[in-house]
Amino acid sequence: MGGISRFAAGTVSAGDVHRYEPAAAGGRVFSARGLTKVYKMGEVEVPALRGIDLELVAGELVVLLGPSGSGKSTLLNILGGLDTPTSGEVWYLDHQLTGATENDLTRFRREHVGFVFQFYNLIPSLTARENVAAVTEIATAPMRPEEALQMVGLGDRLDHFPAQMSGGEQQRVAIARAIAKKPAVLLCDEPTGALDSQTGVVVLEALENANRTLGTLTVLITHNAGIADMANRVIRLSDGHIVDIRTNATRKAARELSW
Amino acid sequence: MRALDLKLFRDLWAMRGQVLAIAAVIMGGVATLVMSLSTYDSLVITRDRFYRDYRFADAFVNLKRAPESVAARLAAIPGVERVETRVRAGVKLEVAGFTDPITGLLFSLPDGTEPLLNTLHFKRGRWVQPDNTDEVVVSDTFADAHRLNPGDKISAIINGKRKQLTIVGVAVSPEYVYQIAPGSMFPDFKRYGVLWMGRNALGAAYGMKGAFNNATLSLTPGTPVQEVIDRMDALLGTYGGTGAYARKDQFSNRFINEELNQLQITATIFPAIFLGVAAFLLNVVVGRLVALQREQIAILKAFGYSGLAIGGHYVKLVMLLVLLGVAGGVALGAWFGQGLSNVYMETTFRFPYLDYRLETGVILIALAVSAVAAVSGTLFAVHRAIRLTPAEGMRAETPALYRATVFERIGLQRWFTQPTRMILRNIERRPVKSLLTVFGIACACGLMMVGNYQKGAIDFMVDVQFRQASREDLAVTFIEPTGSRALHELQALPGVRHVEGFRDVPAILRFQHYSYRSAVYGIQPEGELHRSLNAALQPIRVPPDGVVLTEHLAREILHVKPGDLLTVEVLEGSRPVRQVPVLGITQQYLGVSAYMQQDSLNALLREGNVVSGAYLDLDPGMESTVYAELHKRPRVLGMIANAAAVRSFYDTIGEFVLFYNMVATLLAGSIGFGVVYNSARLALSERGRELASLRVLGFTHGEIAYILLGELGLLTLIAIPLGFLVGVGLCGILVLAFTNDLYRLPLIIEPSNYALGATVVVISALVSGLLVWYRLGRLDLVAVLKTRE
Repeated sequence: MGGISRFAAGTVSAGDVHRYEPAAAGGRVFSARGLTKVYKMGEVEVPALRGIDLELVAGELVVLLGPSGSGKSTLLNILGGLDTPTSGEVWYLDHQLTGATENDLTRFRREHVGFVFQFYNLIPSLTARENVAAVTEIATAPMRPEEALQMVGLGDRLDHFPAQMSGGEQQRVAIARAIAKKPAVLLCDEPTGALDSQTGVVVLEALENANRTLGTLTVLITHNAGIADMANRVIRLSDGHIVDIRTNATRKAARELSW
Repeated sequence: MRALDLKLFRDLWAMRGQVLAIAAVIMGGVATLVMSLSTYDSLVITRDRFYRDYRFADAFVNLKRAPESVAARLAAIPGVERVETRVRAGVKLEVAGFTDPITGLLFSLPDGTEPLLNTLHFKRGRWVQPDNTDEVVVSDTFADAHRLNPGDKISAIINGKRKQLTIVGVAVSPEYVYQIAPGSMFPDFKRYGVLWMGRNALGAAYGMKGAFNNATLSLTPGTPVQEVIDRMDALLGTYGGTGAYARKDQFSNRFINEELNQLQITATIFPAIFLGVAAFLLNVVVGRLVALQREQIAILKAFGYSGLAIGGHYVKLVMLLVLLGVAGGVALGAWFGQGLSNVYMETTFRFPYLDYRLETGVILIALAVSAVAAVSGTLFAVHRAIRLTPAEGMRAETPALYRATVFERIGLQRWFTQPTRMILRNIERRPVKSLLTVFGIACACGLMMVGNYQKGAIDFMVDVQFRQASREDLAVTFIEPTGSRALHELQALPGVRHVEGFRDVPAILRFQHYSYRSAVYGIQPEGELHRSLNAALQPIRVPPDGVVLTEHLAREILHVKPGDLLTVEVLEGSRPVRQVPVLGITQQYLGVSAYMQQDSLNALLREGNVVSGAYLDLDPGMESTVYAELHKRPRVLGMIANAAAVRSFYDTIGEFVLFYNMVATLLAGSIGFGVVYNSARLALSERGRELASLRVLGFTHGEIAYILLGELGLLTLIAIPLGFLVGVGLCGILVLAFTNDLYRLPLIIEPSNYALGATVVVISALVSGLLVWYRLGRLDLVAVLKTRE
């Protein structure tokens, strides 16, 4: 039985997740209603999200901006099926993520989400090509690992191990790994956080390129306001609330950014 | 409490699973050490106390017959403290309701006084009354086997005459702590007994009034035993002395000493393996801990803690772990030790009591040995902690370098998925650690095999001994060497299919300065029942005019080879001394012997066709008839039935085998689990981050478990055949260590034993795997994304 159909049981008719077409550009991909998240640290309760309503549409590049502790990572983790909200609902297309089982969330991540992390999280024992292949091997209709690495400009570093690459290169391998399965969603948590600005721009170019050529909904967390200019929309969080949503009339290309 | 000590306890608590697993391995080593040493101590203390309290003699001799006056001449030998002369008679016994042949050894007790030497410890009943001629004291093994008590009656055929005897006491003698019938291979409490009756009564029945045929002596401390023995032999030669021997050669005592040797070997080999494995585990675990705590160490140093204080901190951690293992090991070892002592008491040694002692010294030895092993295992890791400079510690460690494995370099990579490549590369990146892990697991398999080795080896020995060499149904010995006409008489008995006569004569065998007191067996060259076997265990024909020796006797004791001339000093009759060529070597696991053709031995003794006894092949179902018939014949001294001996032997060793199986399973399980679980936890600690990353990328619980457990599974699979080798090697060490003239273990390992070794390894790996599987389900996916390792 298809994974995601199970967590959607009762709300959506049966059907295997593989057969869902990606939402047309501008179609709703994520919608969140009244999301809250409270972390219990011993006897102390720390609210991370205090009621978030949000819609994200196909093909857009969204930057989540905010100081540390504003709740942006929590929001991203909930969207990516890594965490569950304390209350509220999250829908991916017409599947409800909230209340899904562990197995279904794994399936969701496997089929639909690409992740990019601040510290790359590559597998040190696998080469660039193999790091990408690790994901394409379990995806349904991926591109070839070499193709994904070409897209991020690493066509000549296929057989290097992470320890043999610079931070920027490693992050681009991570992006190649994220886009190789042609995900509907690309979630990036501080992808340039560990990089200097020059290298950071190269990494952002790779993300921008993937967003444009694959039409992947890309959500990018940063606390660096300079990056926001490359987004379609900028969502600013503070203290667990969305304080501002701004639509950029014109997007800057990544290469024009500096910080 | 100091802050650093608090950290210590919390660190230990945080890695409690691993702490317990390592402590379990230390516990295994300490338990075997304590078990062996405490049982050793207990047996030695008990033996010494029993020997002292019951005045175990220092020298022994059997002779044909000497007048009582000779006793004074024995007493006059310098250094002799006490002399006790006795009448010693081989007898046949009858117990109501038991049809198998029973042989016994009947000793005289001085009338009206306690024996001066080798006195008895009474379990029940009393001494015999001097004026009462039908009272007898029986050995407790025999009494227990037949449920005999004071007041019960048994019959004995003494010197051909049946005598009804009343049991008045059940006792234990220091001479017969280990009891085995002469010529028999195994103890058989039902079919062999030692008895004592009054000197007058036995002297009259056995025709030894005013004479003796056995003497035991005690010596003043510091007397050179050999000198006394030489004088005894010189004195008793004319009275048919068969060679005096010292306490160290006394059979029961020698057997106890061999058993004690084995315990000492057990106390060395097995703890060494366990503690070696524990040292390795501590090395990896503490190494990992120091790596994880790099920053903490750096910060502590930045605050002013010295390298020594930091090093001491980790040594303390290791020592706490050792203490935990030693405490558990001492408790378990004491329990095993008591168990083993009890099994010894029930199956092998008949001490009247057993003082189980766990000496403080043993505990200290256990503690010291474990501490040395553990600390030396962690020296390298601790040294790294001491050496680390604060600035260096604050920086992240250089990332691990990987490369394609040898399998991939030779072009096999297209067959491997990425997870499989991860497994192979991880193994290849840390070859030493992988090898030691494999070796540790292999040790578990090997230990299990050693624990079960004895059973298979004994089965094999029994098979060789009774189905290939001594194939007779019954061995009959005559009261004295007899003309071969007696064989025809035996052959004529209903139920007897085939008879082969044999001649045996006690003798001292000498070559250069080596000598051994034994017997020379004259057997039939074409014999079908009693045969000599070559190294390949095929029957060989004993050649004429020479002697064939058991390999151990030739190589290890006398150092002769075929072609050498052996001096045979016969200890019977006119005690001739002859040169005999060694013509061959024979394989034999129980005892050692010298074989000749019966004709050649007769010729050597300058006698006619004379036999000491005969081997009989019986019609199935006719055994009792033959026993009864032979029982009536006065010239038949003893009968040994192999099948019955083997059965009773299996009954007695059953408990031993069970006990060793239990110990081996517990210990092998603990080592297997300790190694696999620690490897798994360590891998989880080192690779939790990459596994969590993969989970985030959509890998299932099962898929990441494959990466982690696949590596362990692969190592376990490699370890099993290696474990077989370790098992064979360890059994080989046992074979070498336990080789003596009483028995040699064959290096035979049954298929089921391999299977058992592999099973224990697989089960401990599965249990560890399950625990790790459970942990993998609780990986914190979110935390891992936010941290640099």
